[in-house]
Amino acid sequence: MSVAIIDYGMCNLGSVRRAFEECGADVKVIDQPRDLDSADHIVLPGVGAFTKGMANLHSQGWVEALNQNALKERKPLLGICLGMQLLAEIGLEGGETKGLGFIPGRVERFISTSPEIRIPHVGWNEIHFESSPLFKGLAPGTDFYFVHSYHFVIKNAANKLSSTPYCGEFVSAVHNQNIYGVQFHPEKSQKPGFKLIQNFLSLC
Amino acid sequence: MLKVRVIPTLLWKDVGLVKGERFDSWRRVGTVMPSIKVYNTREVDELILLDITATAGKREPDYEAIDELAAECFVPLTFGGGILNLEIVRKVLRAGADKVAINSALYDNTRLVSETADKFGSQCVIASLDIKKTESNAWSCFSHSGTKPTGKDPVSFAQELEKAGAGEILLTSIERDGTMVGYDLEIIQKISEVVNIPVIASGGAGNYEHMFQALKAGASAVAAAAIFHFTEQTPLEAKKYLRQKGIPVRHSQI
Repeated sequence: MSVAIIDYGMCNLGSVRRAFEECGADVKVIDQPRDLDSADHIVLPGVGAFTKGMANLHSQGWVEALNQNALKERKPLLGICLGMQLLAEIGLEGGETKGLGFIPGRVERFISTSPEIRIPHVGWNEIHFESSPLFKGLAPGTDFYFVHSYHFVIKNAANKLSSTPYCGEFVSAVHNQNIYGVQFHPEKSQKPGFKLIQNFLSLC
Repeated sequence: MLKVRVIPTLLWKDVGLVKGERFDSWRRVGTVMPSIKVYNTREVDELILLDITATAGKREPDYEAIDELAAECFVPLTFGGGILNLEIVRKVLRAGADKVAINSALYDNTRLVSETADKFGSQCVIASLDIKKTESNAWSCFSHSGTKPTGKDPVSFAQELEKAGAGEILLTSIERDGTMVGYDLEIIQKISEVVNIPVIASGGAGNYEHMFQALKAGASAVAAAAIFHFTEQTPLEAKKYLRQKGIPVRHSQI
């Protein structure tokens, strides 16, 4: 079982790699799109701005490789944080930008509804979900680590995997068949994070 | 609900961990790696590691050491000390830190904050303000581990840093650091009121009630060092106390 972590210059790659290794995966951090072909699972990590992230995916040739491996061949893909947001059709961070379009919706900035609601949303917050292979063995209400100012506004409710209370409520995990995205950082969420990573690794 | 964070701060000087009083009289309290491992198994919410002599010693952070420490740390790790330019930020993040705490470089200009926010996102920029009251009884910011007065008023400067793109403010009271007499609630409140980004209270925690007071004053998180190094108090017990007082805290569910 080989996991490819995409290095497109936007990541806390070290943390993600170590967490997947800790979960027993055969991990390859790849900076060449052709190396996706030999992977069984794909991870799109990322911290930083949407516009810059998409620009890097385009200029380094990742968009075609992801279309081939994730959309056509349906390999399990996990987007983390910015990597999750890039799955959207459109992002509004740093100007309106076209995303990968794997999951219908837009990525918008949080609008604070009261002085206590601070932006960015930083810290541990719970996720609520019904059931999903990604959350197997996790109790609804488990806390994960978040740090972000933008969030994914999905078009179709069917793509929602979990929600989290902040600024009202937002979608904290998405999916579309083999494609998954989480706004939080499983690699920084200790045991629950490792559980989620193990669940992702057992998808096929 | 978003939980408040209890964050142990590790101060790193030369090769060991230290803790002092009022940014002085440093005592060695152990080595970094075992501490990170212990905190990791005790499920702390986050860790802050500050290399307190990097800027004064005019040297870059020890990237290899950060890499080794990050390997044992499966919670968010902030690194500060010697963060003077964008290239250093890149290397520190690459080595495995999740956020950088920028301090002395803030006073040359706030451009490093905006450049880091543009390139890596606001979420990884912590503006670290070391403050104390001057003779005129006004608060002022100090750089270079509290040794150089900057003449900046922390309240207006915090607003300026938020505009520049800082994602959080780490607010440390120099006079209360290591004294365990409680946080400086007045300045925590003043700054929390004027910015919309999270404020991390630091300097002075001596017991769990102090943490509760800082959170009530408007802090989103509480950082502490001496209380965890020199007393029997722990982050886990701190959270139990806070939960009893009605503050939302994380508890592991696996």
